[in-house]
Amino acid sequence: MVINRLTWKIGGKAGEGIMATGMIFSQSCTRSGLYVYDISEYPSLIKGGHNNLQVRVEDREIFSQVKGVNIIIALNKETILLHKDELVNGAGIIYDSSEVIDPKEIRDNIRLYPIPFNNIIKEIGVQGIMKNNVALGASIALIDYDFGIVEKVIRDNFKRKGDKIIDENTRAARAGYDYIKNNFKNDFEYKLEKTGKPGRMILTGNDAICMGAINAGCKFYAAYPMTPASSILHFMAAQERRFNIVVKHTEDEISAINMAIGAGFTGVRAMTGTSGGGFCLMTEGYGLAGMLEVPIVIILSMRPGPSTGMPTWSEQGDLKFALNASQGDFPRPVLVPGDVEESFYLTQEAFNIAEKYQTPVIVLSDKNLAESHKSTDKFDTKKVTIDRGIYADAADLAASPDTTFFKRYKYTENGVSPRTIPGMKKGIYTAASDEHDEEGNIREDIDVRIKMMQKRARKMDSLAKELRQPELVGPHDADITIIAAGSTKGPIKEAMILLENEGVKVNYLQIVYLNPFPSEKVAKVIGSAKKTVVVENNFSGQLADIIKEKTGKDVDKRILKYDGRPFYPEEIFTAVKEVVTHG
Amino acid sequence: MVKMTDLNVIERPNWCPGCANFGILIALKGAIVELNIEPENVAMISGIGCSGKLPHWIRTYGLHGIHGRSLPVATAIKLSNNGLAVFTVGGDGDGYGIGMCHFIHTMRRNLDMTYIVHNNMIYGLTTGQTSPTSEKGVRTKSTPSGVIEVPVNPIALAISSGATFVARSFGGDVKHLQKTIVAAVKHRCLSFVDVFQPCVSFNNINTYDWYKQRVYDLQDAGHDTTDKIKAFTKSQEWGEHIPIGIFYEVLSPTYEDELPQIKDTPLVKQPIDKIDISGLMDDFV
Repeated sequence: MVINRLTWKIGGKAGEGIMATGMIFSQSCTRSGLYVYDISEYPSLIKGGHNNLQVRVEDREIFSQVKGVNIIIALNKETILLHKDELVNGAGIIYDSSEVIDPKEIRDNIRLYPIPFNNIIKEIGVQGIMKNNVALGASIALIDYDFGIVEKVIRDNFKRKGDKIIDENTRAARAGYDYIKNNFKNDFEYKLEKTGKPGRMILTGNDAICMGAINAGCKFYAAYPMTPASSILHFMAAQERRFNIVVKHTEDEISAINMAIGAGFTGVRAMTGTSGGGFCLMTEGYGLAGMLEVPIVIILSMRPGPSTGMPTWSEQGDLKFALNASQGDFPRPVLVPGDVEESFYLTQEAFNIAEKYQTPVIVLSDKNLAESHKSTDKFDTKKVTIDRGIYADAADLAASPDTTFFKRYKYTENGVSPRTIPGMKKGIYTAASDEHDEEGNIREDIDVRIKMMQKRARKMDSLAKELRQPELVGPHDADITIIAAGSTKGPIKEAMILLENEGVKVNYLQIVYLNPFPSEKVAKVIGSAKKTVVVENNFSGQLADIIKEKTGKDVDKRILKYDGRPFYPEEIFTAVKEVVTHG
Repeated sequence: MVKMTDLNVIERPNWCPGCANFGILIALKGAIVELNIEPENVAMISGIGCSGKLPHWIRTYGLHGIHGRSLPVATAIKLSNNGLAVFTVGGDGDGYGIGMCHFIHTMRRNLDMTYIVHNNMIYGLTTGQTSPTSEKGVRTKSTPSGVIEVPVNPIALAISSGATFVARSFGGDVKHLQKTIVAAVKHRCLSFVDVFQPCVSFNNINTYDWYKQRVYDLQDAGHDTTDKIKAFTKSQEWGEHIPIGIFYEVLSPTYEDELPQIKDTPLVKQPIDKIDISGLMDDFV
C-alpha cells in the first residue's frame, strides 16, 4: 500500500471539462494539506482533439511532474491507448463500460474499472456533461479519500451558478463514488489520506505574475491574446474593477506595447504580456521604451517556435531573442523566474527595476511554468517594497527655465535622470524616439550621441551592482554542477533528490537574471566545478551559448529537450548520471 | 490665462519654408490659448514623418514615438490621466498607411481626445514616395508609372468606423483650422480632423492654389452635421468642389465614461502603496 504519493490523470476530448475536473481534484487534495503539481496537455483547438491533465499528489512539497501514472480517468478509449504505457504496476483505469477494451492491449498488472456512465447519469437524472464528475467521484472512492472534502470544493466552485448546478455536480460525483464502493473491492494499492494541515493556494505561474503585478501597483495592462500568456489577460481583466486597473485587449501586440509605453510615460505602472510571435510585433516598441526611458514590464511567456510552432506546448527557445530584440544598444534587463513563487516576487522586482532604471524589463516565463498549477504557501506581500525611482523635486523644477524643456534626460553618474510626468508644472519635455539631448530635443551631434548612449548604458552597470548573485544549491564538493534558468528548476530539484539517493553529489546554479548576467559568479562556479551541465528546453543550448559569450567558458554537456514537453526529473537524472559515469 | 508665448520654444521648426505644417502649428497653439489649457496639462503625441516633429516645437508635454503607433500611446495616456488634454498629430503615411489598423480602432473606441492628420498626399520626409491618399495615376519615386490603387478616403473611413466628430480643414486657412481644432477639442468624444497640408517640396499637384480653387466650407453651405448618411455623401465629394469643415458630429459616452475604475480619480493619482491582495490569495485556496 502506498499512501499519499500518487499521480492522477484525466484524459478525453477538448471541451469535456477536463481542466475543471482536475482543478476540483487538486483543490480537494490541497484542502487537507496535501501538495499538488499539475501539468496539462492540449492541442490548439476548442472541441475534440485529445486533452489531458495530470496531477501529482504527495504529502511533501513537490516541484514538478514525474513519470508514472497510478490512476487514470479515460473519458474515451483514445485516452487509454495513448497513455497506457505511462501506468505503473497496480495502476487503475476508470473508463466507460460501453467501450470495448481488448484485454490483450492492457498489461496484466493494470486494474480495470469499467463504469456505466450513461446508465448512472440517466438514473440520477443529470446532464450528460456530468460524466466527468461521475468519474471523479469514482477515482476518489478508489483511492479511499474523504468524499466530504470533494463535496465542499464542488459547492465552493459552483457557488455562483446556483443550488441546482451544485446539486447535480455533487450527485454525479457521489454516484460515481458509490458505484466503486458497491461494485469493487477496496484493495487499490494507492491511497490518499488527509494530513490535517491547513490548505494552500493552487497557482499557476501566470496567476502568480498577476498577483505580483497587482501587489506592485500595476494599474494598466494591455495585451492581445496569445497562448500561453492569455490567462494573464483573463486574470487582470477579472480583477480590474476590484483593484482599479485599466485592462485593454488591444487590436494587436504593437498597440499593446505602445499603450503600455503611454501609461508608463504618464506615470502609471504598466505591463503587457505575450508569447514569442507577439513579442516579434512588440520589438520596435521595446526599443522605443528603451530610448524614451519609459518604465514598462513585458511578460514574455515562451512556447515552441519558429513561427506559430506548437502553440499550446512549452519551450525555452527565446532566450537570445529576449536579450537581443530591437535595434541598437539599450538596457534590456531580463528576469527569469523558475517557479510560481519567483513569478510573484520577480514580477514585483521587475516593476521596481523598470521605474528605478527607467527602462523596459522583460520577465521571461514559458508555458510549463505559466500554466502548471502548484501548491503554494501564501505570499509575503511585504517582502518586495515598492520603489518608484527618482522624480524631479521642487528644486529641480524651479530651476528649469520657462522657455525651454525640462532636462528630463540629464546626464548623471548612474545614468538615471529625475523624471517628470504630464501635469507637473515646469516639468514639460518631449520624449523623442530620435537621439536627443538632455531636454529631449532631436540631436545628431557627435558629443550628444556619445554622452547619451553612455548615460543609458550606465543604468545597466548600476543595476548590475544591485542585483543578487545566483547561489549554488547543494554540496560544494559536488561531482557535477547543473546550470539552468527558468522552469527547469522544478524537475532539476526533483532530479537532485533522485541523484542523491543514488549517491551522486550534485549541486545547482539557477540563473535568475539573464541580463545583467552574473558573469563573474558563473565563471567562478564553472572554474571550480568538477563537471558542468546545462539543462535547457531548446534545440541549440541557448543558455550555454550565453554562458560562453559572457564568461568564455564551455560547460561539459548540454542536456537539451525540444519536443514541446517539459523535462521530467527521471530524464534529468538519467542524463546527469550518464555524464558523471561516462563524461 | 495661457498666452501664445507660453507655448513657444527657442528652437525653430526645420520644416521646409512654406510648408503648411507651420500653419497647423500656429492654429494648434492658437486653439490651446483660446481654450486656455495649461501647457503642462497637454500631451502632444506623434509618430514619424515631418509632422511627427511638431511636439518638439510647442512647449507642452510630448511623445514623439515610432511610425504609425501614436494613437495607442495617446489612448493609454488618456486612460492613465483623463484630466489631460491629449492631442495626436501625424501624417497620412503614419495614420492611413502603417498606422491604419490603430486609426480604425481608435475611431470606434471614442476616447475624449483629438487626432489631427497632416495630409499632404505624399511621403515628404523620405523624399517623395506615394502615400495612401495619393490619387490614382500620380507618379512618384516609388510609383514611376503612376499609382495603381485608388486613394484611402479618411473622412468616409472615420465615419464608417464609428467616429463621433469628423472634420476636414486646410493648412492654408489658419483661421478655419483653428476654429475646427477648437470645435474638435470642445467635442467631448474622439475628434478627428484631416488637414490638407500642401507639401511644397514633393507634391506639385495638390498645391495651395489647387486647394484654394476647390475648397468650400460645409458650415457655410448649411450642412446637417448630425446626419450620418449626409456626412457620408459629403465625404464622397472630390474634384472641382471639395468640402471642408465639420462633416459629422454627435455625442455618445466616451470609453473613459464606461470605466468605473477612473470615475473619481485618474489612474496616475491612485495610491499604490496600500494595495491588499490577501482576499485575492484566499480566492485561490
